[in-house]
Amino acid sequence: MQTLDSLKLGQSAIIKGFTDEFLSLKLTEMGCFPGETVKLTNVAPFGDPIAIEVSGYQLSLRKQEARTVIIEII
Amino acid sequence: MSPQKNNVSVALIGNPNVGKSTLFNALTGLNQKTGNYAGVTVDKTYGLYEFKNQTFKVTDLPGTYSLYPKSIDEEVACRALLDTNEKIDVTVIVTDASNLKRHLLLATQVIDLKIPCVLVLNMIDEADKNHLTIYQDEIEKLIDVPVVAINSRNRKGIVELKETILRARISHSVFYDFEKQKQLFPLGFTYRNLIEMRLKEREEKNQLLKEYELKDNIYKFSKINYIISKCIKHPKQLDKTLTQKLDAFFTHRLYGFAFFFLVLFVIFQFIFYVAEFPMTWIEGGFAEFMNWVATALPKGQVNDLMVNGILAGVSGIIVFIPQIALLFFFIALLEDTGYMARASFILDKVMRRFGLNGKSVIPMISSVACAVPSIMGARTITNWKDRTITILVTPFISCSARLPVYTLLISILFVDQQTFGVFNYQGLVLMGLYILGFVTALSASFLLKYILKTSEKSYFIMELPVYRMPQLQNVFLLVFNKVKMFLFDAGKIILAISIVLWFLTSHAPGNRFNELQANAEVNHISDVDLNAQKLEVSYAGILGKKMEPVIAPLGFDWKIGIALITSFAAREVFVGTMATIYSAGDAENTETLREKLVSEKNFETQKPVYSNAVCWSLLIFYAFAMQCMSTLATTYRETKHWKWPAIQLIFMTGLAYLSSLVIFNSLN
Repeated sequence: MQTLDSLKLGQSAIIKGFTDEFLSLKLTEMGCFPGETVKLTNVAPFGDPIAIEVSGYQLSLRKQEARTVIIEII
Repeated sequence: MSPQKNNVSVALIGNPNVGKSTLFNALTGLNQKTGNYAGVTVDKTYGLYEFKNQTFKVTDLPGTYSLYPKSIDEEVACRALLDTNEKIDVTVIVTDASNLKRHLLLATQVIDLKIPCVLVLNMIDEADKNHLTIYQDEIEKLIDVPVVAINSRNRKGIVELKETILRARISHSVFYDFEKQKQLFPLGFTYRNLIEMRLKEREEKNQLLKEYELKDNIYKFSKINYIISKCIKHPKQLDKTLTQKLDAFFTHRLYGFAFFFLVLFVIFQFIFYVAEFPMTWIEGGFAEFMNWVATALPKGQVNDLMVNGILAGVSGIIVFIPQIALLFFFIALLEDTGYMARASFILDKVMRRFGLNGKSVIPMISSVACAVPSIMGARTITNWKDRTITILVTPFISCSARLPVYTLLISILFVDQQTFGVFNYQGLVLMGLYILGFVTALSASFLLKYILKTSEKSYFIMELPVYRMPQLQNVFLLVFNKVKMFLFDAGKIILAISIVLWFLTSHAPGNRFNELQANAEVNHISDVDLNAQKLEVSYAGILGKKMEPVIAPLGFDWKIGIALITSFAAREVFVGTMATIYSAGDAENTETLREKLVSEKNFETQKPVYSNAVCWSLLIFYAFAMQCMSTLATTYRETKHWKWPAIQLIFMTGLAYLSSLVIFNSLN
């Protein structure tokens, strides 16, 4: 099972689901819903947090939060 | 809406960074007020405008991503929307035209509440620049409320919006689906009932509600995807290269941090050095004005209260304005351009270990100048816990008011020439005290991370907005509102305490002052010595003596006791009070005071009073103790609860007492 934190810079993926209930609620309202395409656009200097492009804008989140998003790399 | 009512109540709702406040400023101009939402720290901003002989009262609701609140700010916005006591006539849903998909989630939620609303497509210029084609009529047909395209930054479409607000209506479109979960909801249950239930129950309790929330979000996005596919024609590739290029620089592991430190350096220079010029003018101007009033009014109690009580207090409040205005000028610039989110992004990993936020750095560094603007600056931190921790620990950082106290005490401890290798001892100790302040602040926040309990869950899921040119009108309105808020909210508490402190130092029980005065005239005692005698018999002097048993274990006598009381107004007052007590003339010339303190001998033991142990004990006491009424008043203003300033006072002064106790007894 691949999760969002394993994406490499510039790589894209499709969101498949979530493993944390609370974070899934926050993430969906930020436009990360199953079926949506995400792309890793930036990584902070110490490797964490990361920034992704989703629903047409840039969203930043911590790696531990990204780990709760199940993806399929495309 | 009801035309018979005089005021039409309009609420602006939208995601953070959508330009809601710019739109609010464009609608109402300087005609703004801030108030409180009951029981929370969120400020309520509202303003008025006239249109077609009607008055419209606009409320700028806190930014929210959805009607299922995840933070206190978001909860406030939802509650205001559903409030039946202060009913909203028209809800204006503000969305970003260049980034419609995510913004439509909140829009469809509001539409599902079945309240009269209009939809605003803001930043339409940016969408044009990105070659987006938006079929506005098509959107209007699908969501069934009036749609208006504007650009709040150059005020394009503001009149059309005012027109459209008159046509607000309840939509017939439905974006929720209770059908699939029929068993969950009783007959006749509405979306409004659902949101009300959610606000009442808070997320923890109801598992069914939580499950439905996810389904609702996903269902709404499936409908939104349909709207987007029908109404928006995308160009081949979105033109976001500028933001990407800037991000490569601002979040770079080298340039990014270098730029951040440059920003800190500039802010620091401004609030530490540049602010000093207007502050000197204010103090000088007030001193002259006070002299004038003192001579213009007949001598006596009223004169003294007016000049040394009230005017001195007002001067002590106004003098904060330059620092507050400058800090907020920079904070507003950083927020408005989108840089603040990047600073947060690069600093999060370091700061989160201490229970702090990337946004805590600017308030904490600014605190080297003064804790008052810094505590107000912590407002940019949206997470309640991070904000509270920042506010609580910020006063530990050595502010400029401690500097005169440190300088005086260090000059007693070490003579100028003493060096440690190439380093000057005095400079080393001073630097040590500043480092001590930072280390204590970080340790305290590390502890508070485990102590503070919150119902808000902590996460760092944050939008990185596109970079934009700052809007000077926004920046100045924010500075103006912050200064106003400080003057009238924290100001009145500071004024009240100043008057109490004035009374304590200028009044004595019975007729003692007059007796001293008469004695001085007979025995030709100088004014300087008379003032010292007066302070000793005043209420403050009595309190100082009463305090002696408590502070004696720290090596402090009643004279220091008096200075502790008076320097509650501001730490640097310590020096002035000591100068008065030791008849050392004015506080500007500390050399006389230093000599007097060095030569001061204990009456019984004939040992110096200001021994190394006492000086170190006092230094540590001033490094830690919450000796500042303005900080306490500001903390109260920002947290809206006496609990937090009380915790600051007890915790900081308690730590100061214990540390001084240990230092004094181990050195003595």
